[in-house]
Formats: sequence, C-alpha cells, structure tokens
Amino acid sequence: MRYDVLMPHPDIAAALRAVLPADGVLSGEEECRPYECDALTAFRSLAPIVALPRTEEEVRRVLLTCSRLNVPVVARGSGTGLSGGATPHAQGVLLSCARMNRILEVDPVNRIARLEPGVANLKISEAAAVFALYYAPDPSSQVACSIGGNVAENSGGVHCLKYGLTVHNVLGVRGYTIAGERIELGGQRALDAPGLDLLALTIGSEGLLMIVTEVTVKLIPRPPCAQLVAASFTNVHDAADAVAAIIAEGIIPAALEMMDRKTTVAVEPFVHAGYDLSAAAILLVESDGAREEVSDQIADIERVLLACGASALHRSTSEAERARLWSGRKNAFPAAGRMSPDYYCMDGTIPRKVVGKVLEAIGEMEGRYGLQTLNVFHAGDGNLHPVIMFDSNEPGSWERADRFGAEILELCVRVGGTITGEHGVGIEKINSMCVQFSPAERAAFFAVKQAFDPAGLLNPGKLIPTLQRCAEFGKMHVHGGALPHADLPRF
Amino acid sequence: MGAGGEEAILGELTERIRAAALAQQGLRLKGSGSKDFYGESLAGEVLELGAFRGIVDYEPSELVITARCGTPLSELEAALGTHHQFLAFEPPAFGAATTLGGVIAAGLSGPRRPYAGAARDFVLGTRLLTAQGEHLRFGGQVMKNVAGFDVSRLLCGSLGILGVITEVSLKVMPRPRLEETLRLELPATEAVEAFNRWAALPLPLSGAAWWQASAWLRLSGAPPAVRAACERIGGEKLPAAEAETFWDDVRHCRLAIFASDSLWRLSVPAATARLPLPGEPLIDWGGAVRWYANLPAETPVREIALAAGGTALGWRGANTGGRFHPLTPAVADLHRRLKERFDPAGIFNPGRLLAGI
Repeated sequence: MRYDVLMPHPDIAAALRAVLPADGVLSGEEECRPYECDALTAFRSLAPIVALPRTEEEVRRVLLTCSRLNVPVVARGSGTGLSGGATPHAQGVLLSCARMNRILEVDPVNRIARLEPGVANLKISEAAAVFALYYAPDPSSQVACSIGGNVAENSGGVHCLKYGLTVHNVLGVRGYTIAGERIELGGQRALDAPGLDLLALTIGSEGLLMIVTEVTVKLIPRPPCAQLVAASFTNVHDAADAVAAIIAEGIIPAALEMMDRKTTVAVEPFVHAGYDLSAAAILLVESDGAREEVSDQIADIERVLLACGASALHRSTSEAERARLWSGRKNAFPAAGRMSPDYYCMDGTIPRKVVGKVLEAIGEMEGRYGLQTLNVFHAGDGNLHPVIMFDSNEPGSWERADRFGAEILELCVRVGGTITGEHGVGIEKINSMCVQFSPAERAAFFAVKQAFDPAGLLNPGKLIPTLQRCAEFGKMHVHGGALPHADLPRF
Repeated sequence: MGAGGEEAILGELTERIRAAALAQQGLRLKGSGSKDFYGESLAGEVLELGAFRGIVDYEPSELVITARCGTPLSELEAALGTHHQFLAFEPPAFGAATTLGGVIAAGLSGPRRPYAGAARDFVLGTRLLTAQGEHLRFGGQVMKNVAGFDVSRLLCGSLGILGVITEVSLKVMPRPRLEETLRLELPATEAVEAFNRWAALPLPLSGAAWWQASAWLRLSGAPPAVRAACERIGGEKLPAAEAETFWDDVRHCRLAIFASDSLWRLSVPAATARLPLPGEPLIDWGGAVRWYANLPAETPVREIALAAGGTALGWRGANTGGRFHPLTPAVADLHRRLKERFDPAGIFNPGRLLAGI
C-alpha cells in the first residue's frame, strides 16, 4: 500500500472551498498551526488544509473531494489523544469534527443518546443527569475529549473494570467511507444487528476505516452511592497481590487504582488529598451501587486489603472526601508536569499477576536510562501508566525517554500483555506494533484497511506499520523485530 | 491429550485448508453441529473441529479463560463453576455437545445480555487459522487492549466465514452471590413499560422476560441490593429450582414457542410498544428481543421490524426469504470486500452468513 510521498494536490484548497462555507476551510501556517499536534506534543506536523464541517453532508463532500484528488484525510476530535492519532499528514487535509458538537437526542426510555462526534464526553452525562442516567466511560480528559475521538481510540477510564470501554457502551455509529458512502453500523437503538460486527471493528480503528458522523451510546442508571477506600502498603508487591486477591474473592469494584510513593509525594503538596506518604504504594478502591450493596462490598474489600497486609485504611465518609481522594489520582500527570519540564505517559496492559515484577523491572530501567518515572495505573485492569519524566532541552533526553518507553512496552508484550490498553497506537507506538504482531497478523490488519479504504487515504501511516517500517525498526533496534512471538518466556 | 496431539491436529487442519484453497473447495466448519440450523446455507465438505479441544489457560484471579475451539461449552462452564465464575453472556447451547468455537462463531447471547453484555463484549482474544494456512493471534488475555483493529470481536458472530477460530480468550465474571426471580401477572405492553422503567433505576437486574401472561424478573448481585430490589418490585418470588429452569429454558431456546415450525426473532428498541403482529410473543432482553411463532406467510415481518427501528431474523421456517435481515448495499459491499481479502478462494462456510460470499 502506498503511504508516502503524496504531494499536496494544488487544487485541494479551492475544491474544498467550493463545497464548504467560507469559514469551513483553513489554510496557511497561521491558521493551521493550532492543529499541528494532539496531546502527544512530541510529534508535530503542519497540515496544509484544515476542514471544519458542520454537517454530515459537509463531511461527505470533504471525503468525496479528497477521494477524487487522492488527498489523505486525518480526522480530529478535541485533540486530547495521547498517541498522535490526530497528528496531521503533511500533504493531507485535517478534518476537525469540533463544530459537529450537538447532542441530537437523549431518549430516557430506551436509555440511549444520539450524538454528533464532537460532543465532549462529560456533556453526555450532564445531559442525561436529569433522568438520573449517565454515560459510563470516563477518560481522565472527559471534560474536553469528544465522543468521536473516544470511538476512534476505544477510550477507557478509571471505571472500565466494572463498566467496560467505549466498545461496550456504544450501540451504533453512522458515518462515511472515504468513497462518501454512508454506512450505519450496530443496532442503533436495538441491541444487535445482522452481519459481521463491523461496529466493534470500527471502534478503536483510529480513523483508518471511516469518518464517524453520529454515535449512539448506551446510558445507564447513575449509582446512588459511591465510597472509596485508600489502602496503604509498605511494599508494591503486597499492593499488587491485594489487587488479585480482591478479584479472586469475586469482587468487581467500580475502580481499582494504584499509585506508587513517588506519585503520592508528587501530588500531595498540590491536592492535599491526605495520602499516606509513608506508604510504598496506595490502592484506591471504589464501590458504587445501592447503599446496602456499597456498605457490604466496602466491608469485604477492607477485609481482603487487611488480609493482604495493608498497613492503613482510609475510607471516604463524604462525597467531598471521596472527590479529594480521587483528585490526587486525577492530577498525577499535571504533577509530573510540575516536577519535570516534560513527561511521557505510557499505556501498556499486563496480566495482574505480574504487576509487581513489571514495576520492579521499570525501577531497574530508571537506573539504566537515567530517568525517573511516576507509576499510576488502573490496577484492576492491569493497565499501567508509567510517566517518564525528562527535559527535552537536555540533548538526547527525549530519545532516551522514547527508548525507555519502548522497552517498557516490549516487556508488557513479553509478559503476555499489550503495548496499548486505552491510548491507542497512533503514530507513537507504531514501531512497537512490530513487536506485538507478526507480519501475517499485520497483513490481516491491512486486509481490513483495504476493505474499507483501498486507496489508503484515511489517516495513513498510523496504527499499522508496513513491512518495510518494521524491517527498518528491526535493524535499528535489536530486540524489537527479533522477538519471537508465540513462545516468549513469561514470568 | 498432550501438546503434541494438538500440534498434529492443527497440522492436519492446516493441510486441509491449504488443499481446499488450492482446489477452491468449500469447507463447512463444524464443532458439534448443534447450530447446523443457524445461518443461510450449509455448503462444502465438513471440516471437523471438535478434536481441537481443551482449556489452555485459566486463572480465576485474572478473570480470563482461554480454550481451544472444540472445547465443549459444558466443560468450560464446569471449570468456571469450580471457582464460582461463569460466562455472563449466557450463550445458548443447542445440545450437550455445543463447542466454544460454535458459541463464538454464532455470537449469540442469553437473557443476561442487556445487563451484562453480549458474547463479543467478553471476547478478549482469538486465534485464527486463515485461508493461507497461517495461525494468527489477535487481542490477548488482558482486559484492555487497543493495539491494532479489533479482529477478535469481528470474528465473534462471523459464522466462520473469515477463517477457523481455533482458540478464544474470554473475560469471565464472578457468580452473583444471590439471585432471585420474581413473577408478576402483567399484560405484555405493561411488562415492557415496567422493564424499561426498572432498567432506568439502579436495580441489579439480570433478566427481564415476558411469557404466557407473566413478567419474569431476575435480580443478581449483593444480597442486600437484591433483597431491597425484590421489595421494591413486588410480585411472587419463585423457588430457586423453578427460576433456574425458566431462565435455562429461555437461554437455551427450550420454551414451548421454540418447538414451532416457523419462528421469527425480532431485535427492536427495548421500549417498543406492542408490534402489529398476531399472537403472543416471548419477550426477552427487557423488551429488546421479541419471538413470534407461526405468523401467516404473507406477514411483512421485516418491514414491521424496520418500522420499529430494528431487524428480523427468520429463526426457523421456510417462508422467511433468507434467514438474516438484509444488509444495506454499502454494508453488504464491505462484507464482500472483507471476505475477498481474508478468504480469496471463498472456502470458509460459503453462503452461511450472506448469500454469495
């Protein structure tokens, strides 16, 4: 598939201006600069053209125009993505869905909402609140991130263990292929649809298959009660074992998060959450549901935590206190920003049973790379977010951080996990895809891509690396491409 | 059977597939054959998959089980049961020999589906034996994984048309500590209204069906929450054995209505009021699925489903004009293009999901 050296078509700006309102097309460095990156700011690229459609029909026209002139299209929601999925193509059109931000319908009886792709995640729950319903997936950027972006990335959040990812909470999408054909996937208001599950395939497809113009999501009852326990542990291993023990006990908490001491020490001065700074790690375990259910579950959780060697327990006694205990977790990344000029957040997922060992290995890598990390993660899902701190003004620092991150991801694959749990591959982890998937598996991904977008115009160069790219990566990076796949040693 | 035996079976399957691809010979993938009735048409030489069986890995504290396609569903559920875990999507088994591969290839889910999720929601990873004889791995054994396209979930419900699903990793759930079933005498329309009213409240619902003039409600979870919900809803609390029989019969399609010569399954928005169809339906999924038996041949079932915002599946009977609800041309085209790329010689289950592919 051809993914490179497409010169920007000289007619594209004029062609788009002919089909969009005057304010719907931006061009030139000054206008396009704000779109040069998403939240992965280490990767930047200037799009020659930005299209800002307001309607489905305008999206269709943009796609038909780009298809006709063979110009790549990169979709963008709110630009909060962490893997460079919305990094512009230097010869392409950046299609921003920001102006398509209407909530089309909230149906409290069937418990669904229909949304344009630019609607911010949190706005959905705000609109449903009057019916005591909400939309469950809550990425930490939920104030800003859009539902279209959530669909593209299959975004998660801190409550996935109990409530699932985007794929579990979206009932249908409508959108357009690069050929401008309108397609509806999923049951919309019904729970299933005939044929292959193309809805599941589209969710997490990072804008490579279609442009989504409408999303139907499931709304669920807001739990009337929630309570949080913060448990202190004198070593990280015991904390990791407690996570597995809670699950083994048959308890599915609403959230189960871990922070290491470096993180609690970093956030405490700013949020005053009252964390136990003497603890090597703390677990935040939340229960939600009916009042009777929560008090029962919290008692069970505390019993398991103590049996696993928790040195102290702190139970929230009010909503204000619960919010305060969460505030540190939610401010971990900003805290990294205060401690270090730059930081790089990783997103591997591993089996819960190896959490302790992987954290130890990351500690060992810190020494080798001469860089510090904060470790916060969705422990219940085994989804790690090591935050590597570095200073890009220091020569070679970013390259070291980048290699450090890649080594963490290789370790995740080696222990039976994956290079990305919820942030997506984008442009950032494209080399790590060579480690996780064999050439034949990557060929299957290309088969999917070609079925939807034969010319390869939608978000080219993201998500799936070409054979050539993996070969080059293998050369410059000895362990990378050479890792055997199926029979990797596990610990 | 030792690992060597599994390798040998996989080798034989790969040989059969390569030979079939070369000869452009259709293969009919078969686990136990319990779902031979399901799908558009059965064609090709039978490729027996039942021997490729066995649980590969099961770690209760990881909430994940991995097993080969020929593993009987009953064996899988027995293993989970010893650790008080289960498959929350309650797949129907159409016979004691039903295999995991068939469960995932068909992608069907039982009465817990609206509250717990569908088969595809629990699929974490799959291995696929392709038309080229390659054995691929998608997804994995972890809860969150967004590396690459979600091919594993695409395979769930694919009826084997893209390749042989040889191994599946599923998320499993702890069994609820308490389960209660309530029966209320209610007309169908009132039952559907009530199902949707209750589903909008934080109640631990795990089943809502209407059958033979009664609404059946199942509540599962923490004992205090279940007890509080029972009080709130009212009705007659059923003895555990009777309740289990009822939900098993709904799940495994064994109620009297399933013995009918002609049977339609309509998937519609949950709150849909009474559909303009004659006879008393079985309503499941809190209103989102309606089963109708012995409809007059000329009944425009598909149009009625479509008008309600849903689709209709001809489960059994000759006059259904194809079993599955027709796809829109653009979506059918995507099916054809995916099939061409995964299975260019068209060997896997030809015509089973969609005529012509």
